[in-house]
Amino acid sequence: MSRNKTTYMGWRKGKDKTAFVLVCLFSLIAMFPLFFILWDVVSKGYKNFNLRLFTEVTPSSMDAMLARMNGESIPGGILNGITGTILIVGMAILFSVFLGLFIGIYLADNRGKKLAAVVSYLTDLLQGMPSIVIGIIAYAWIVKPLGGYSALAGSVALTIMMLPMIVRSTEETLKMLPPAYKEAGLALGSSYTNVVFRILIPSGFGGIFTGILLAVSRVMGETAPLMLTALGAAVVNWKVMQPTSAIPLLIWDFYNDPNLVDLIWSSSLLLLIVIFLLNWIAKIVARKWKV
Amino acid sequence: MKDKIFRIVLFAAALVILLLAAGIIYALVSRSVEAFGEYGIWGFVTNAEWDPRSATEEYGALSFVVGTLYTAFLALLFCVPFAMAVALFNGEYFKGSRVSSFVSSIVDLLAGIPSIVYGLWGFYTVRPIIIEMGVNAQGFGIFLSSVVLAIMIIPYASSLSTEFLSMVPNKLKEGAYSLGATRLEVVQHISLPTAASGVVAAFILALGRALGETMAVTMLIGNTNRIPQGLRDTGNTMASVIANQFGEADGLKLSALIAIGLLLFIITALINLVAKMVMKKLARV
Repeated sequence: MSRNKTTYMGWRKGKDKTAFVLVCLFSLIAMFPLFFILWDVVSKGYKNFNLRLFTEVTPSSMDAMLARMNGESIPGGILNGITGTILIVGMAILFSVFLGLFIGIYLADNRGKKLAAVVSYLTDLLQGMPSIVIGIIAYAWIVKPLGGYSALAGSVALTIMMLPMIVRSTEETLKMLPPAYKEAGLALGSSYTNVVFRILIPSGFGGIFTGILLAVSRVMGETAPLMLTALGAAVVNWKVMQPTSAIPLLIWDFYNDPNLVDLIWSSSLLLLIVIFLLNWIAKIVARKWKV
Repeated sequence: MKDKIFRIVLFAAALVILLLAAGIIYALVSRSVEAFGEYGIWGFVTNAEWDPRSATEEYGALSFVVGTLYTAFLALLFCVPFAMAVALFNGEYFKGSRVSSFVSSIVDLLAGIPSIVYGLWGFYTVRPIIIEMGVNAQGFGIFLSSVVLAIMIIPYASSLSTEFLSMVPNKLKEGAYSLGATRLEVVQHISLPTAASGVVAAFILALGRALGETMAVTMLIGNTNRIPQGLRDTGNTMASVIANQFGEADGLKLSALIAIGLLLFIITALINLVAKMVMKKLARV
């Protein structure tokens, strides 16, 4: 009887230990891919990660092939992609930040209203929408009626992606602020507008800004919606209504062109550096301006 | 006066979301009408034939619907043990510790890597391994895409599950410990059942992500327009066929592709709705 009891205890303890080891093991394995991917991108990308990458536009397939045959490094960079990403993402930030902020404020201040519930539900719906479908929508809204692919259409697609993220982070941040902040401001005779701009937004700055940074980092690497909207271009383009390239679009081009394959990894490295930098800044901001 | 204007501005901003949603549905529906009119909605969805040659032009979505569901559910299956382990690691075993914040920030970074970089990694690094394993000769296909998709959705499933697991009240767990339960028994009988609906919702949302993933799948699935016959076969998903063929499409083909986009939108919206309902159940407890 007593021996049975100890073996049963042993069995339970053994099972407990096994589960613990398995949890640790599988968690460890889940972290591997990140290091694999980083190693891949860094070890293959650093060779072509030079000044040329930032100062020259993408070479033609022919030039690249000739250079390869002569054993030279690839004659060009991704300047057109860098400027395109700045243009497209920059416009998307312009479109989405204020709109997202206002919608977030509305949702945080009108809890329980019917419209707020509907808007909140639709925000979730937008957030779950696949990026390729958003590309189709920007195509139908902008590219088709205006008769051509453009940086603007790309920004509209990215705006639809960023908007729900900014709305959510603003709303969550404002909801976490103590109601006393707002009440104190109002009690002192401050107008609602002043309370929002002088008290709520400054006190929630950390959370709101972090949300914006994360939204930017998420759309930075989006390829699918831009394929249907901005299309890509071999030259530096700053015109809003012209086809424009972007770093992820160039990676896709390089992937499909064996002559340009050498540029794949250095462009991916640049993209990852920018995205991780944004994530890192977001983390610091969130810690520094904790609500 | 200023306040009134400001409140109107806020109200108008909220209305923009309604307009966006209406515009999205109008854009998708009005441009898929041509394809649905040609084949009928049911006929379009259940037809596995996709033949863009102008002489025998015929479009149906079934191959891509099957391909999408196949890869996404397989990816979900592959990701469960890892995402679950990470969630338990961060939300239970090492809750609030330094090592947990390290693990969660590493896993969260996985969510930041762009789809196209996953595609490149899958193509140049994972594909040779798949070929080595003898899954198929080229490496492309359902299996390769599902493996990479599984890695992509781990952070989505694990971070939300962690949140729900760490919300389980300590009192409940302490009660079980005081009765002599081991840690595993607490997890099995207290933590997981209490957080169950949240954890399930997290995995449903991760499934939604997998359904809509585009670039990585487009680069890895092999892009054949027929119903995949098994793990080793190639195929196409709804997202990947749009990404692949949208550029050169016009007329009926363009409309058929947009109709596929509409179907994908409906499927992901339904998935999100289900996740929301499951989570609501949690809120009531």
